[in-house]
Amino acid sequence: MVTSIIRRLMQAMFVILAMTIIVFIGVSVIGNPVDILINPDANQAERARVIAHYGLDQPLWMQYLLFLKGLLQGDFGNSFVYGRPALGLILERLPATLELAVTALGIAIIFGLPLGLYAGLYPNRISSKLIMSGSILGFSLPTFWVGLMLIMVFSVELGWLPTNGRGPTAEVMGIQWSFLTGEGLRHLLLPAFNLALFKTSLIMRLTRAGIQEVLPQDYVKFARAKGLREQRVIAVHVLKNLMIPVVTIIGLEFGSLIAFSVVTESIFAWPGMGKLIIDSINLLDRPVIVAYLMMMVLLFVVLNFIIDVCYTILDPRVRLDAKA
Amino acid sequence: MTPLLQVSNLVTEFGGGKGRPGLKAVNDVSFSVERGRVLGLVGESGSGKSVTGFSIMRLLEHPGRIASGQVIFDGTDIARLSDEEMRRLRGKRIAMVFQDPMMTLNPVLTIATQMVEAVRAHDDVSKEVARQRSRDALGLVGIPSPEERLSAYPHQFSGGMRQRVAIAIALLHKPDLIIADEPTTALDVTIQSQIISEFQKLAEQSNTAVVWITHDLAVVSRLADDIAVMYAGRLVETGPVSKVLSTPRHPYTAGLIGSVPSQNRRGERLRQIGGMTPAINRLPEGCSFRTRCDLATDGCRAMPALLAEADRSFRCIHPVTREIA
Repeated sequence: MVTSIIRRLMQAMFVILAMTIIVFIGVSVIGNPVDILINPDANQAERARVIAHYGLDQPLWMQYLLFLKGLLQGDFGNSFVYGRPALGLILERLPATLELAVTALGIAIIFGLPLGLYAGLYPNRISSKLIMSGSILGFSLPTFWVGLMLIMVFSVELGWLPTNGRGPTAEVMGIQWSFLTGEGLRHLLLPAFNLALFKTSLIMRLTRAGIQEVLPQDYVKFARAKGLREQRVIAVHVLKNLMIPVVTIIGLEFGSLIAFSVVTESIFAWPGMGKLIIDSINLLDRPVIVAYLMMMVLLFVVLNFIIDVCYTILDPRVRLDAKA
Repeated sequence: MTPLLQVSNLVTEFGGGKGRPGLKAVNDVSFSVERGRVLGLVGESGSGKSVTGFSIMRLLEHPGRIASGQVIFDGTDIARLSDEEMRRLRGKRIAMVFQDPMMTLNPVLTIATQMVEAVRAHDDVSKEVARQRSRDALGLVGIPSPEERLSAYPHQFSGGMRQRVAIAIALLHKPDLIIADEPTTALDVTIQSQIISEFQKLAEQSNTAVVWITHDLAVVSRLADDIAVMYAGRLVETGPVSKVLSTPRHPYTAGLIGSVPSQNRRGERLRQIGGMTPAINRLPEGCSFRTRCDLATDGCRAMPALLAEADRSFRCIHPVTREIA
């Protein structure tokens, strides 16, 4: 177990290192942050001073080495735009994104799993076919369009739910959470639903496919031949095998929910990390982009590890230490 | 004495309904098994022998269904039982052992879980008692240190051991009838031999009836009392094993026996039945075997009836008369 954790962390380091290089080169190719940061009316001396202040007068490789040096001291650099530590900026926005992602994933599981189970167990019912056709809509309609439609219907036409922002928040352990206040919960509902739609369809289809794969297995037939009640055959023999692929996807999708909630956060003006990263890319705010992507790499590595640990619980054939 | 299991004119169809005919995987099959007797149900792949087994268990997968005929188990027509009554029969009075021991045990559950649930599905006993009975059953089929093996997972067993576990599960409730669907096909010969001995002991000692589904005539000749040969969904020959194997009447049975390697002389080409088993949706008119049969005549274009001859029967108008072995 311990060796496995260490090996993974080492792998993560390499991925992070490679990623920082790509971001440095990428951002420098896109454009010069100086053009955006400095008032066009500024004189030459002022320009030179600002450029030197951000270290942008150095060659790119030198900037990169300086960045690495800072990193070793736990310093991700200051945001060009806000002038504050990039990491702090991101961590500030993390709770907003986290509660959005967790709510969306919750919705996706609560609806996706049972509907997929139903459609898988009774594939010939009309209701199952309706569910499956619905799921096609769920993942083919573009998120931004669905988001706009949700606002049109529920906010503009019906006036039931607010259109943007987090609403009032309540503080727990020094962090602001929306879901703790009634009004905040109302603000959370539309963006979470918007974000969940695609994942719900995905989990639904995955569950259905899994059921159809597990049901014809001999061990299911043998369980029936033992005279087990149908509930036990489904709840124990089928579900436990089904959970192996489903847990993988849920874990990975949670990562992508956090990392790519950009569109939804933009549409609903949800002050999360997604909105921050889009703004930062627009302003070529390199320290924030780098710090954000590094966090995402770490997030995926940690999630993958958690998935693997879940595997060993779900599937006795898998042992973490066995594969060296 | 009425037989324990009486299958009469069983027809199992796949698909069809709403006026369209389905494909008959099992067509007009009748046989019976008495307590303490072993029936060998023999046929090639696709001849309908496994489907017959699943029909008796009422475990046919959609869209399979029993279209007509009866399965009478201990005086009860199983078609008349409710799903719950059928469930109480399965595993309790009729047990089944499957072909591939690698696939019949659930890979993510311990042996204990899979055995205890089988005990408790029929008997209202505590988990401890159920575990005790599971351990005894494992010991009975010759699994060493059963207590430790109970907490193991199937992948920690060899194929032969897994099949023993499956047999132990089948024996948990001391069933009246065991349907063994090629239980030794996936095992190597020495293990095969041990498992066959287990079944022999079982049938003799606990007076259990066994339907042994196989394509292996050597196994049948060792184990079975009676034999029923299936071809393309129909019975082509039935009777006591010794008589059928020594003087087969149906050309198909004769061909099967002739193609057993030990029947062939060293250095000669192995004898075989020409052609392939026809697909079930493209059966020839009349006798299904006539396109592969040397003896076929125009008379074979009509489906021959099962002809009785003393304690045996066969479905052929040109029965083989010479002795084979």
